[in-house]
Amino acid sequence: MSEPRSSNPFRPLAPPPAVAPSPLEPAAPRTEEDSVREELERGILFTTVDSVVNWARANAIWPLGFGLACCAIEMMGTLGPRYDLSRFGAEVMRGSPRQADLMIVAGRVSVKMAPVLRQLYDQMPDPKWVISMGACASCGGVFNNYAILQGVDKIVPVDVYVPGCPPRPESLIHGIMKLQEKILASHVEIGPFPAKPKKKKARA
Amino acid sequence: MSLAPERIEQRLKEGLPGVSIRRVTGDAIRDLTLLVPTERIVDVCRFLRDDPEMDFSMLSWISGLDWLPRDPRFEVVYGLLSMSGHARVTLKVELPEENPRVPSVVDVWPTANWHERETYDFFGIEFTGHPDLTRILLPEEWVGWPLRKDSPLGYEEVAFTHNTPDRILPSPDLTRLKPKKVKYRAQ
Amino acid sequence: MTLNMGPQHPSTHGVLRVALELDGETVVRAKPIMGYLHTGMEKQAEYKTYTQSIPQTDRMDYLSPMSNNLALCLSAERLLGIEAPPRAQAIRVLLTELTRISAHCLWLGTHAIDIGAMTLFWYCFREREKVLSIYDQVCGARMTASYFRVGGLAMDIPDGFLDRCQTFADEMAAHVDEYESLLTKNPIWLARLKGVAPLSARDAIALGATGPVLRGSGVKWDLRKDEPYSSYETYDFDIPVGTNGDAFDRYAVRVAEMRQSARIAQQAVQRLRDLGPGLYRLRDYKYVLPPKEDVKTSMEALIHHFKIVAHGFFPPVGEAYHAVEAPKGELGFYFVSDGTPRPWRMKVRSPSFVNLQTLAAMIEGKLVADVIVAIGSLDIVLGEIDR
Repeated sequence: MSEPRSSNPFRPLAPPPAVAPSPLEPAAPRTEEDSVREELERGILFTTVDSVVNWARANAIWPLGFGLACCAIEMMGTLGPRYDLSRFGAEVMRGSPRQADLMIVAGRVSVKMAPVLRQLYDQMPDPKWVISMGACASCGGVFNNYAILQGVDKIVPVDVYVPGCPPRPESLIHGIMKLQEKILASHVEIGPFPAKPKKKKARA
Repeated sequence: MSLAPERIEQRLKEGLPGVSIRRVTGDAIRDLTLLVPTERIVDVCRFLRDDPEMDFSMLSWISGLDWLPRDPRFEVVYGLLSMSGHARVTLKVELPEENPRVPSVVDVWPTANWHERETYDFFGIEFTGHPDLTRILLPEEWVGWPLRKDSPLGYEEVAFTHNTPDRILPSPDLTRLKPKKVKYRAQ
Repeated sequence: MTLNMGPQHPSTHGVLRVALELDGETVVRAKPIMGYLHTGMEKQAEYKTYTQSIPQTDRMDYLSPMSNNLALCLSAERLLGIEAPPRAQAIRVLLTELTRISAHCLWLGTHAIDIGAMTLFWYCFREREKVLSIYDQVCGARMTASYFRVGGLAMDIPDGFLDRCQTFADEMAAHVDEYESLLTKNPIWLARLKGVAPLSARDAIALGATGPVLRGSGVKWDLRKDEPYSSYETYDFDIPVGTNGDAFDRYAVRVAEMRQSARIAQQAVQRLRDLGPGLYRLRDYKYVLPPKEDVKTSMEALIHHFKIVAHGFFPPVGEAYHAVEAPKGELGFYFVSDGTPRPWRMKVRSPSFVNLQTLAAMIEGKLVADVIVAIGSLDIVLGEIDR
């Protein structure tokens, strides 16, 4: 297998060699797999905080159920039995923004709905991401008039734009996979740490 | 079995002799359209609903119309349906530009409530006697009557490269087209 | 206590806000507040030609896009005084009935999931996916089809389409049996729906309700039978009518309608096989695009093609209203034309807008848990309400 090594600590390992090497034959050279196997048998793994935290975040994204218009039906279709979104970790669509970390803006955002959307975005805890699904959410779509906000990125920062009217479920899944890549490539911020009280220097 | 348009007109003339109801004719006016004087609209509607032969028990829709260069500028159109008579009739009321008001038919058909609110919302036509004449589809604090002909569409100019000359665009480096390698690719 | 069932809610089927005034668990007053999806479609239609407004209609009642297309096309055809050829009418009937099945499937799935029966959601979406791939085959788009045109269809149906539709229509009865076996005699379903959110026939007519809401209350009025259009009078089907006007009756009416729609679809497929190949668009070049073979050979057809594509067709000065029986109720388009290719006014009489008015009559004095059932049984689509 010559594919690039992934940093997934849970990749399957080949089984260990069945025959123990005899003292007369020279021992087989140690491969990376052997050292990883040794680590696992010892119960110790070496990796970076970034990879583990990002891996956890990327594979368990909980979307907020924010379907507005026709794209909402395709989003429901993506959650449906044929294109199953729970394979990607989005097992539940949370009803409350306090429990969600992904807001899929699915549908046209009208001027009356815009403050509500901003309020929902503010209610989501960090880390949060926004996918703008469909043409209407990305740029106003078919409707360029007094009632529709020309792009949801006027009020919330968007991570992934998924074009289409409505985007096929495969497109939405592609968008979510792109978001997963983005999350995996991001840098986790640890902190803020509480400020240590300054020690007064003892006078000599 | 279904009511003929002539019978409807005749019955209206018999039932409401004092009201001058004129039939609107034209090239392609496909339904029976009757022009009713503004102050008598409620009587006409009530008669059409209560008359046992005609029985226009359902108000299907109310719409406003803005014929801007023409005077009277506004029209309110009522679409009525008679299920037992299998007939539809369209009533029209003409309204002037300043202070367009028409009596509300909410007492005749309760469904007119939201239809009239919508017409008020879009055109600014006031329905006197309406229990709650507020905006229904546009935000409460919206100023203006969007479906009037002198209201703009609200079109936002789409920014292309040819109409935004002072924009700084990233010029792609076409010599090195290798995609950026991401460390972990979602399987 | 005032409780705001906000625009973002998993069970409001869109961005509907209901301001509920509660006294304990009893609803004293319910006021639906709409407009969170207002798109200005009617204003925008005044700046577009009739054909350019057809994609807008897809986005109105986005669960049954072909019905909306049909309503606009029939209304424009009434204004022009033309009629689509028989083959186009049969295809329209077939696709509209498949649309009805898919819209009712989605309604049933979401209604059940609101009440807690999650299994139906997966089952109904499985059927819906079949209809969406039929749409995909015929016009290229899964949901927003824009397949019908004024005077016929955009293009003819592909090979193998009729067999697919026939298989689907034949299997549908078994699927509806499956849904009914899960719900109709289920004690939880009956407890949640029987006697809940009642609407008397008088109230329904006075409040202008149409569609399954009206038929669930006992009024036998269906535009396909009473004001037939697009050759519906030549098909054989029944109209299910309820008795009590409660949520269970509306459910029963819609499930029975799914069966009838499958029946009509089978008849339409047979009609298409009998009719054989034919015109899918009317040969009236003044208003309808001529077929490509004529455009390449006849000068007059070429000029008409150019005129219609560049400007749009020029309808006579007048007005017309035509309504169809959409899955939600009576969907009507009122066109006022001033002789130019762009309508002077397009008014949409949307069924969900009028049906939502009955919500207050249905749940005032009832329990707050019934609000979800009532909204679900009304089968509203906010895209249509807000336009």
